[in-house]
Amino acid sequence: MSILGTRVVRTEDPLFLTRGATYTDDLADDRLVGALHATFVRSTVAHGRLLSVDASAALEAPGVVAVVTAEDVADLVPIPPPFPFVNRAMTRPWLASDRVRFVGDPIAVVLTEERYQGEDAAEMVAVDVDPLPAVVGTAAAASDEVLLFPEAGTNVMASFGQPAPADFFDGCEVVVTQPMVNQRVAPVPLESRAAAAAWGEDGRVTVWCTNQGAQQARGQFGDWLKMDPDLIHLITPDVGGGFGAKIGADPEYALIAWLARHVGRPVRWAENRSENLIGMLHGRAQDQVVTIGGRRDGTIEAYSLVVDQDCGSYPRIGTVLPTLTMLMASGVYGFPRVHAQARALATTTTSIGAYRGAGRPEATSALERAVDLFAAEIGMDPAEVRRKNLLPAFSEPHTTPMGATYDNGDYTTALDRALDAAGYAELRAEQARRRERGDARQLGIGMSVYVEITGADNGAGTGEAASLEVHPDGTATVLTGTSPHGQGHATAWAMIASDQLGIPVERITVVHGDTDRVPQGGGTMGSRSLQQGGAAVHQAAGELVELARQRAAEKLEVDPEDLVVDLGLAGLAVRGTPGTGVTFAELAGDEQLLVQTHFTAAAPTFPFGAHVVVVEVDVESGKAEVARLIAVDDAGTILNPLLAEGQRHGGYAQGVAQALLEEVLYDEDGNPTTSTLADYPFISATELPSFELVEMATPTPMNALGAKGIGEAGTIGATPAVQNAVIDAVAHLGVRHIDMPTTPMRVFRAVQQAQGGN
Amino acid sequence: MIPGSFELVRPASVEEAVAALVEHGDDAKVLAGGHSLLPLMKLRLAMPAVLVDISRIPGLSYVRVEGDEVAIGAGTRHHELEKDAVAAAEVPILPYVASQVGDPQVRHRGTIGGTVAHSDPASDLPTALLALGGTVVVQGPSGRRDIPITEFWLGFFETALAEDELIVEIRVPRTGSAGWAYEKFTRRANDWPIVAAAAVDGRVALANMAGSVVRATATEEALARGASIAEAAALADQGTSPGADMHADQDYRRHLARLLTRRALEKAAGAPAAAA
Repeated sequence: MSILGTRVVRTEDPLFLTRGATYTDDLADDRLVGALHATFVRSTVAHGRLLSVDASAALEAPGVVAVVTAEDVADLVPIPPPFPFVNRAMTRPWLASDRVRFVGDPIAVVLTEERYQGEDAAEMVAVDVDPLPAVVGTAAAASDEVLLFPEAGTNVMASFGQPAPADFFDGCEVVVTQPMVNQRVAPVPLESRAAAAAWGEDGRVTVWCTNQGAQQARGQFGDWLKMDPDLIHLITPDVGGGFGAKIGADPEYALIAWLARHVGRPVRWAENRSENLIGMLHGRAQDQVVTIGGRRDGTIEAYSLVVDQDCGSYPRIGTVLPTLTMLMASGVYGFPRVHAQARALATTTTSIGAYRGAGRPEATSALERAVDLFAAEIGMDPAEVRRKNLLPAFSEPHTTPMGATYDNGDYTTALDRALDAAGYAELRAEQARRRERGDARQLGIGMSVYVEITGADNGAGTGEAASLEVHPDGTATVLTGTSPHGQGHATAWAMIASDQLGIPVERITVVHGDTDRVPQGGGTMGSRSLQQGGAAVHQAAGELVELARQRAAEKLEVDPEDLVVDLGLAGLAVRGTPGTGVTFAELAGDEQLLVQTHFTAAAPTFPFGAHVVVVEVDVESGKAEVARLIAVDDAGTILNPLLAEGQRHGGYAQGVAQALLEEVLYDEDGNPTTSTLADYPFISATELPSFELVEMATPTPMNALGAKGIGEAGTIGATPAVQNAVIDAVAHLGVRHIDMPTTPMRVFRAVQQAQGGN
Repeated sequence: MIPGSFELVRPASVEEAVAALVEHGDDAKVLAGGHSLLPLMKLRLAMPAVLVDISRIPGLSYVRVEGDEVAIGAGTRHHELEKDAVAAAEVPILPYVASQVGDPQVRHRGTIGGTVAHSDPASDLPTALLALGGTVVVQGPSGRRDIPITEFWLGFFETALAEDELIVEIRVPRTGSAGWAYEKFTRRANDWPIVAAAAVDGRVALANMAGSVVRATATEEALARGASIAEAAALADQGTSPGADMHADQDYRRHLARLLTRRALEKAAGAPAAAA
């Protein structure tokens, strides 16, 4: 029986759970002996002219070796926007020189012998800022009354698409429009950002930093520092979560490398939690307007989504998120007319990046809310409206009006399985009883049906490299360009190799995150790893078997065609002659047994599913609690259910968190008001039910493993299902929409307003 | 997130601790469990020059019956109170409320004396203590004195405790089988209350409805007049001055105060909860 599809326990966990992993800040590398500690002086003003930076007092403080300001980094070229479609004037200085653009904008770096000395000295750097009006929210940005980059002439970083034609909704019996907010959230990985750098006498720099892809980060270092990438040895140690916010490198990381050369000593940096909450990329942050039209029989004929993406101060991945939202605008439905349009806008806030789903949860939330709004308007059960409008099951590629080509899908089955598992009819009956009685605790039933795009590489090159080597002692090494930060690649990639070679999982070592050992790689993001990196390992194992077959045929003096893989032997045996053969290890003893390969998928894959969420809402207080979360997530063939379920659980938690709790807030002056974990309501297990997982697996033809991505599906499906459930709980009181997070006060107010109160 | 520099003093007795407070005056802060003070220091919102660590002083952790009262040592940690059999029998609201503080880590470090001294209006145990009534026993250079709990909290982070005094004990009446309830409203289990209401024996105290924990006096007076729970609870926010934050504006806080007071009084009266 194949090991694939079985619940192999994570081989990486004994270390993580006992001695602990080695994160960047834990490194005790010889090359970092005597390292200085960097502490950033950051702007405490959202927007203003930087008049002066006086480091003289700080330079006298204990342990201070240097204080670096914009003047010192004048030889570094400001960082250009990361995408060609972004206004080219919107460059990012390495350290603020004439203007600050968000609370957290780096102004200076203090280098000290000991870390604690840095925080004392940083307080002594005198920064004089002449405040300018803050630009908070997309409406303020779009007005262009205050510009972040006057030389750009606008706050619009980029625009996508055209307005809908005037007759777009003509002929519809019912048209519903609703502005909605897909709020800004913080990724909050348990390991915050950290980097360390040391230069060798050979002119090469070794950089350690926490990220989701060493090779991509190295490329950015090279571009930014104008260095030959071969002179950069980038190492990604163990990583404690990324969620998209650790894709590539942050400017701070590259600055650490530059500083190490500048002062001639190794330098290390680890940010604290408050610095993380203002300095690390945020996610989501879309203001949306949905318009949906159709017939009273439930047929939806036209759907429009208009997005204003808050990108924060400097352009990062946030500028490209709306294109993914637009691409997936019509999701699982076969609407005849679909329109989407977006702007990416600069505000005096933390920059926006990718966050678990990155553009797709925003599309699904808008769409699934819109369908519920339409259902409410025509008085039809939301499940019924969905069934009427879902694309019929398809096994050949289907191209949507927005230009996405889905590999395969069966959305109606996904919805039906989720509703059956939930006991939908009985839930509606219980809801009716509670409404009839006027209970304080009302039941809400929410659903979402989703499709998303995974494995769509974004600037990291396409496909993935892998190499596989069997050693004479019978062990094997896999080198991969994917970059696990919790996913379990050490287990999963070993399973894939083991399945074809017969070498036990525990004898296979997976190496990643070191550009000297693995020069090529796309990293881990966009739910790409298994379908590209795993598929590359699968391909490598196949190629290794063929290489071994040729060598074994010579060694055993048999026809290669007569040799078959003998998994018990971990080698090749002569067909029909058990016990006669040669192990891979023996062959490796004769000559290095190594293959290096590259796998490129023909196209992205489109996982899909359906979630049903049951909430209880205390209508007297407005507080919603998730009672049940039932989820069908079809990610094709599942390699290891244990790992897949872990991805689903984590995604649901973050989806529930966005729907109920989390929001990064700024006051009108652009001051962040959620910059500690006492204020930013990070979800915990106590706010979550035990999840009810329903299985469905439709293999993709895009890779030999049949695997689609599973890393982000949880947030994509769960977020709108929870939001829809909360609104459904108070729908009988006249409520049609409540923005996320559906806080108790918002729910209470929505009920009050619907009831004609104040 | 690294505190400013400070000197650490570790007295071995209450007397030594008081002497340290006398010596250092308002440069000093008392460190007990540290779960309120240390975060403030890490954010550099508090930068005491001297920390007087009382956590190693023996004999400050106990719960015992003394006459009509239960005496609780100031160093008693929330977890100890939560699990204490004497408290469960004599003043059962306190173990329950202790179980609602923060998370297990906080409850294993935080002390009742610390939360009383901190005077955060959004605190669980002070709300219950104010509903119970009783006494805060403090020790200063000239000996011990008793401060009625109703006179102890003066405002946000402000108490009747003098700079050179240390809380050594909390005394509350034995309530035995009298009805009680604590209704805490949070968005997450480990949060501070957005609003909370404690009810014991016809007395009601509210968390986070003013600069300090406060009694719902209008409700108590109405109950004393024989008003119904619903009528009395509708007055719960009278005389309060709640603040506004991201979780709740003032009107919503007032609504919650009335709602939670009604629910607490119903529970304390043994009535079935309004909603199952």
